[in-house]
This record gives sequence, structure tokens and C-alpha cells, in this order.
Amino acid sequence: MRYSLGALLRHAVAGHRHWPALLRRPEPRAAYDTVIIGGGGHGLATAYYLARNHAITDVAVLERGWLGGGNVGRNTTIIRSNYLLPENIRFYDHALRLWEGLSQELNYNLMVSQRGALVVFHTPAQRDAAVRRGNAMRLEGVDAVLLDRAGVLKLAPLIDGSPRARFPVLGGLFQPRGGSVRHDAVAWGFARAADRRGIDIIQNCEVTGFRIEKGRVRGVETVKGPIAARRAGIVVSGRSSQVTALAGLSLPIESHVLQCFVTEPVKPVLDTVVSFGAAHFSVVQSDRGGIVFNGDLDGYNSYAQRGNLHTVASVASAAVSFMPGLARLRLLRHWGGINDMTMDGSPIISRTPIEGLYFNGGWCYGGFKATPASGWTFAHLIATGEPHPLAAPFTLSRFETGCVIDESGTGPHPGRH
Amino acid sequence: MRLDCPWCGPRPVDEFVHGGDAGKRRPMAPDGQAGADEARAQRRAWLDYVYRRNNPAGRIAEFWHHSGGCGCWLVVERDTVSHEIARVRLADPEADRAVQARDPGRNEP
Repeated sequence: MRYSLGALLRHAVAGHRHWPALLRRPEPRAAYDTVIIGGGGHGLATAYYLARNHAITDVAVLERGWLGGGNVGRNTTIIRSNYLLPENIRFYDHALRLWEGLSQELNYNLMVSQRGALVVFHTPAQRDAAVRRGNAMRLEGVDAVLLDRAGVLKLAPLIDGSPRARFPVLGGLFQPRGGSVRHDAVAWGFARAADRRGIDIIQNCEVTGFRIEKGRVRGVETVKGPIAARRAGIVVSGRSSQVTALAGLSLPIESHVLQCFVTEPVKPVLDTVVSFGAAHFSVVQSDRGGIVFNGDLDGYNSYAQRGNLHTVASVASAAVSFMPGLARLRLLRHWGGINDMTMDGSPIISRTPIEGLYFNGGWCYGGFKATPASGWTFAHLIATGEPHPLAAPFTLSRFETGCVIDESGTGPHPGRH
Repeated sequence: MRLDCPWCGPRPVDEFVHGGDAGKRRPMAPDGQAGADEARAQRRAWLDYVYRRNNPAGRIAEFWHHSGGCGCWLVVERDTVSHEIARVRLADPEADRAVQARDPGRNEP
């Protein structure tokens, strides 16, 4: 059924007892044309765009857990395309343009809120870098506005703008089209749209191995039995190294834990996304009122989905030095998500040495905002066998050729990107 | 998470800086004399050393630098899923043998 005001009224009259299920819950068939391993945001988006853009619907999405249970529900919901390198700007702005019409297209309210994304700077050197970044964005046709101190404080009065602040505010780079999206709705919206086009979404179906013959993928082994397939896409950020190891591949990836936090809900105090320039700290107020924020990686390999106290302390000190009012709030929850950090800080959307086997992962911190563009370009790669022009720079072979995309210039130290 | 530094004893993890996978060995520098096959093998070895990681979910051996303490480089065997520390030794084998001789019960479960 299509969600609409009419449907809402009809079901309201009936006491909301007859809403149909969001999805079918099919058992896997013995064979598909294509299997997508991983039913996170990116896997579901890939399945949806395989059907929408390439008319490929003989597809199964295999998810080890349940929909919305992984990183798609563990991020801080921010979308933006304020990058420096042209490959990243183009790719992430394609995602932003897709986000802009996605609720209507999927007929599912993703609560896309373009409240703007602001990066604050505190030193003349950071100001120069912000001007350079803003100009790089504008050269690619992406919106960027340089703000002075007064402009920053007008947008986000919660910031300590006094000259006595530990890190005095000089200004900021603002992207008006940035914002936030209700993240779990992204999983459900893409899943429902893919399901309606005939794609089987199979939960609690862990992949335990690959069938590879003469360098070509023939299918996968799962806890629900073998499934034959002509093509397979691995899109399991947070577990990429384990799944590719089943096919005998090793990756330029380390997995690290990033902690996120949400406070008790309060009245609206922050109506834009803000990043601190003096330390790694990004903050957004959710529609429910909680202040959602994150800091830096803990800095060591981890699959634990929880971090250590020293990171909590450093994030909290960044929070109160930047926005002293936050010191009054109590934390409601905090959690960790596993980030597959690549050696250059940019994602991988690529063929692999095994024919018919494709890989999408290594999203570092950038995964959520990229979701629609990741699905769009990965579906193109799987359907045509050729990389989408927007994703061609993100090939696995770039580490061999030297064409790395190192946005922060920190070299092969994944914990520091 | 606390690391039991052989010199300093158990210390909170924020005294240490993570130094990455200790399982990698630096390949020989290319000497320019290699034939085509050998040069390709050298490039592969460097690609593996600089970029590829096993990235296990489970036991890993990794370098940590006790930057906020004695300044020694350590090799820590740690579980990346539970954060449990199995063993800490000095990265310098000679110094590690000296510490073991001083305190033979160290690192026994």
C-alpha cells in the first residue's frame, strides 16, 4: 500500500488495527541472480537502486542480524558534502541531492531536515583552510558560505563566543543544504521500497562462506543453507575484513570504535549541525530534543561497540569548552559503533580479484551521509561490471597505484583520519 | 582498559599511544638491481606492509608506546572483541628477557 493522508485517515477510523506489514519475511530461494551481503543502509540502498535503475529484481539481501540493528542506527544522523577533495565533494554531493527527494521517492518519511552544517574555526590557519575548502566546494557547484564570528553566533548562540573562551571563535564555514536524517527510517524506507519491487530481504541469515570456482563467484554458504548466485556484493561496514576473509581477500582496513552520546531531551536550543574546530566534536539536536554528539575514535582496533572512559572524558571536555551550556545536561545514553577505517580515510567501492564479487566498505566516519550515493554507484558497478564515474576513484587498486584519496593528509594511519 | 607495563605496572590506557599491528615486518628496500619478477614481488611486499591488515575480530598483537610513562614500546596481545589483555611484553626482545628474568611470574595466567 501507499502511505498517504487518505490511508492515515482510513486506518485511523479503523483504530489502526489493519496496517499491513512493512515487509515480507521470505525464506531464501536456492538461487538468485545477485546476492547482497549486508542489510544495512548501504546494502538496502544497493538493492533498491538495482531494481530502480537497472531493473534487476532477482536479488536477495542477506542480513546477519535484523534491519536497523547495525551502523545505520548507531551514527549521529548528519548529512553534508563539505569536503575538500573533488572526488569526495562530487560523491557526497550526489548523496545530498538524492537525500533531498528521497522521502517522496520512497514514500517513507525520512525526516530529512536541511538545517545546515557549520564547521567553526578558531585560528587564522584554520580560517585559511576553511576558505580553501569553501572555494573547492563552490568550484564543484556546492553551496558554501563563509561566516564571521557574529554570523556563527547568530546561527548557534549555544557556542561560547566570548573573547575569554578557551578557543575563541573566528568564524565558520556553513553549508546550508547540510542537515540530519532520521537514520533508522532510512533502513526501513529502502527495505520497504526494495521489497515492493520484489527483492527478498532475508534477516537472521549470516553468510558463512563463498562458493568460488575458477576465480569466479558461484554463490554463498549461509546459516540457512547454500544460495547460488551469479554475482555477490559485500557491503558490511564494521565487519568487512571478516567477510572478505571468507573469500580469501585481505583489505587495507582497520576497524576502530567511535563513541556517540545523547543527552536528555530539552527544548530546541540548536537548529543546525555544528562541528568544533579545536577538537574532534560534532553536535546536532534530534527532533525529540536530545543533544546528539560524537568525538574522536578511541584510537585502537576494536569490534566491541563500546569504548573507554578517557574518550568519554575528552569528548565531554570538548563539549563544555565549546558549548558551556551543555554542562547542565545529563547523558541519557552512550554507545560505540565500529568504523572500518581505510588507509587513506576514503571509502572503497570496487571490483575484487574474484570475478562477480564486488566490495563496498571502509566508510570511516562518512558512511551514513553517503548511503544513497553508495547504493546508487554500487548498484551500477554490480549491474554493469563497470565502476560508476562518481565511484571510480574509490577503487581497491588505488593503494597499489598510489592514487590514494587522503582528505586529511595523515597517511596510512587509519586511526588518525 | 588498563595495560600492565613491564616497567611501570598497570596504567590507564590514555597513558599509551596505539602503534598498530605488530605482525608486520618491514621488507627490504628495493635495490634497483632486481629483475621484473623480483621488482613486482618487492612492490607486493611493500603494498602488504604499508596497507594490508588482517584486522582480526579476536586476538591481535599490536604495538603500544608508553608515551605518558617510561617511553618504552610494548607488544600487547589483546582481544579486539572483549578488550581483554592476554600479555604485555617489551618490544625490544633483549630488554624483555631482562624484565622476565627479574620477575619470572609475569604474564603467567
